[in-house]
Amino acid sequence: MDFELTEEQKIIQDMAAKFARRELEPVAAELDRTKNRDILKANLKKLAELGFMGLDVDPRYGGTGAGTVAFSLAMTELGRACASTTVTTSVTNMVAEVIQSVGTEEQRVKYIPPICSGEFPAGAFGLTETSAGSDAAAMRTTAVADGDYYVLNGGKIFITSAEYSGVFVVWAVTDKDAPKGKGITAFLVEPTFPGFVIGKDETKLGQHASSTNELIFEDCRVPKQNLLGKLNDGYRIAVSELAGGRIGIGSMALGIGLAAIDAAAAYAKDRVTFGKPLAEHQAIQWMIADNYTRLEAARLLLLRAAYMKEQKRYYAKEASMAKLYATETANKTCYDAIQILGGYGYTRDFPVERYYRDARVTTIYEGTSEVQRMIISRSLLGK
Amino acid sequence: MDFELTDEQKMIQEMARKFAERVIKPVAAELDRTHAHPAELCAKMGKLGLMGVNVPSEYGGAGMDYVCYALAMIEISKACASCGVIMSVCNSLFNFPVYTYGTEEQKQKYLRPVASGEVIGCYGLTEAGAGSDPAKISTTAVLKSDEWVINGTKRFITNGNVAKYCALAAVTDKSAGYKGISSFIIDLENTPGFSLGKIEEKLGINASGTAELVFEDARIPAEALLGKLGEGFRQMLTTLDGGRIGIGAQAIGIGRAVLEESIEYSKTREQFNQPISNFQAIQWKLADMATKLDAAELLVLRAAWLETHKKPYEKEAAMAKVMASDVAMAAAIEGVQIFGGYGYCKEYPMERHMRDAKITQIYEGTNEIMRLIIARNILRKR
Repeated sequence: MDFELTEEQKIIQDMAAKFARRELEPVAAELDRTKNRDILKANLKKLAELGFMGLDVDPRYGGTGAGTVAFSLAMTELGRACASTTVTTSVTNMVAEVIQSVGTEEQRVKYIPPICSGEFPAGAFGLTETSAGSDAAAMRTTAVADGDYYVLNGGKIFITSAEYSGVFVVWAVTDKDAPKGKGITAFLVEPTFPGFVIGKDETKLGQHASSTNELIFEDCRVPKQNLLGKLNDGYRIAVSELAGGRIGIGSMALGIGLAAIDAAAAYAKDRVTFGKPLAEHQAIQWMIADNYTRLEAARLLLLRAAYMKEQKRYYAKEASMAKLYATETANKTCYDAIQILGGYGYTRDFPVERYYRDARVTTIYEGTSEVQRMIISRSLLGK
Repeated sequence: MDFELTDEQKMIQEMARKFAERVIKPVAAELDRTHAHPAELCAKMGKLGLMGVNVPSEYGGAGMDYVCYALAMIEISKACASCGVIMSVCNSLFNFPVYTYGTEEQKQKYLRPVASGEVIGCYGLTEAGAGSDPAKISTTAVLKSDEWVINGTKRFITNGNVAKYCALAAVTDKSAGYKGISSFIIDLENTPGFSLGKIEEKLGINASGTAELVFEDARIPAEALLGKLGEGFRQMLTTLDGGRIGIGAQAIGIGRAVLEESIEYSKTREQFNQPISNFQAIQWKLADMATKLDAAELLVLRAAWLETHKKPYEKEAAMAKVMASDVAMAAAIEGVQIFGGYGYCKEYPMERHMRDAKITQIYEGTNEIMRLIIARNILRKR
């Protein structure tokens, strides 16, 4: 049992914290208001150059090879400053990891280096459809073999980073007659493939600068060598690989929560009510104490899941616990942070309202809290 | 960052678990009913090293780290919360101040009998007018030639009715405020002027005696002073930090019993032609219970690790205690709910867990004090 970070982990945590303070924080509010893609992409490029787009990817493909604990620490530090940039980074890391995990050597050599170097601003996952969110296996996009290609037809929605991704992992039904979940295959799709159109960006409550688009496949031709993993094994890949993404999102949510409660604690020391600083009223002290305690607990759950993944142990339950707890906690913390800032917390002049809006989606995407509870309870009940 | 237990930690966890399951669990319900002090169990626990987990081996202890202590506390408390607190008070509130502040003679004399399970230790701090505000204690100790004369009454002293030794806090200098408090080691069986007062009837942890200690011109030898004169308050704060890890672990143990029994029950109980574990309402309760218990346990182990490595742990111990106790209480309430009508009946253990859990939010620092400590630590750093 050892709660000390290694030198490398501390360095990466430090680097992420510095980058967050110097590059992300100064532009986060503007990004939220204007969705300025140039600013977003410039920062994504810098992050790639610093090695943040392949934190758990083998250096021979251009990754940093620092491990999952370092990845978690980095997502938390970046998450303190800008959720939009951080979710893009987390998802992009996961795309690189999936390709490394199940891809052929040719696929790895072709697609991972441009992700890690920043040549591709981002990577994306095309899984969700209008009728298939939590129930991903209910998807209807099809992929039919035709000579040297697979032809994709259908659509995806809510796809993070679609507008500026260099590569997509797209799941489609390859065997309509197979039992549910057994006839789905993953493919590597480039934005320039014929028949692939990226729809417009959703208008969301938060994480504005992160694009969330529809994907439309109309007889989209994907070369056969872009089949990722094994035929009809796609659903299993999605389930096992997405567990890593839970650590990323949970870690980011922890960062958002920390930023919120830090802002509230600082405000509470200055703001005077009834003749003394807010921080001297027990009601406020209690909110501060409870939120930091819960966030600490969330941190430990996240690091445990990250450690288990690094050790190549089965970590699905632990990842779900960490994602569930960290994201729900972050939402509560942001709610309390606005409350502590009072009327000012409700205005755009202070960042807590943005943290609150950015945190809201974290209990939803990459597996809703309900899906996480399903996974956890199944594990407990031995199902 | 390493979440793997060492071989020693695994060993003590396994040993405590086996002992708890085979020897303690079968009698836990009866202990709760009869309120009997589990003297035989305590003796056996002593032989296993559980009454002196962190006491160095040269004083008869097991010489293990605080993570080992927390792991053992969880296993024992899972079977019986009363046994858990008896063990915790001996380890954290008696042994700790003696081996931290005692002279060589005191360590040689007092640690071995408690660590071996031969005798029980207790901590005489709380009084009727001094709970969360321990600086308000009014028990006095006056030096008269080669004896201290103690006057005052302690309340709510865990193990007070069965302890031979007591680490006592008393005022030695009324004019010095909290700097006028000193600590003493008292042999309750050989102290003229000491008498046992009321033994409390409680909601839970019934096999753990909670007693009033009455000192009327009680005389103890001059060598009974523990540490320096006027050092008592500072000793108390450090001692209680460690005690929080013990109580946090006790709460986790109660929570683990609740979770395990709830899972088992929900798989077997059928309504509407299926086990109730098929219903999401029940699955959600189990998922939340397990997640929060894991989170709280990590906070407890982290605090124990910090103490082991001599790093500051005041805030982390308070976080661990407040979260573990709140989670255990919430879990126990849900556990009764999951058991339905049977959860309300003494025939099933769940109602006892709910009664046992409540005290963990109160003693060894109320959760209000815990929040004060956490907030103070955080706000000071900005």
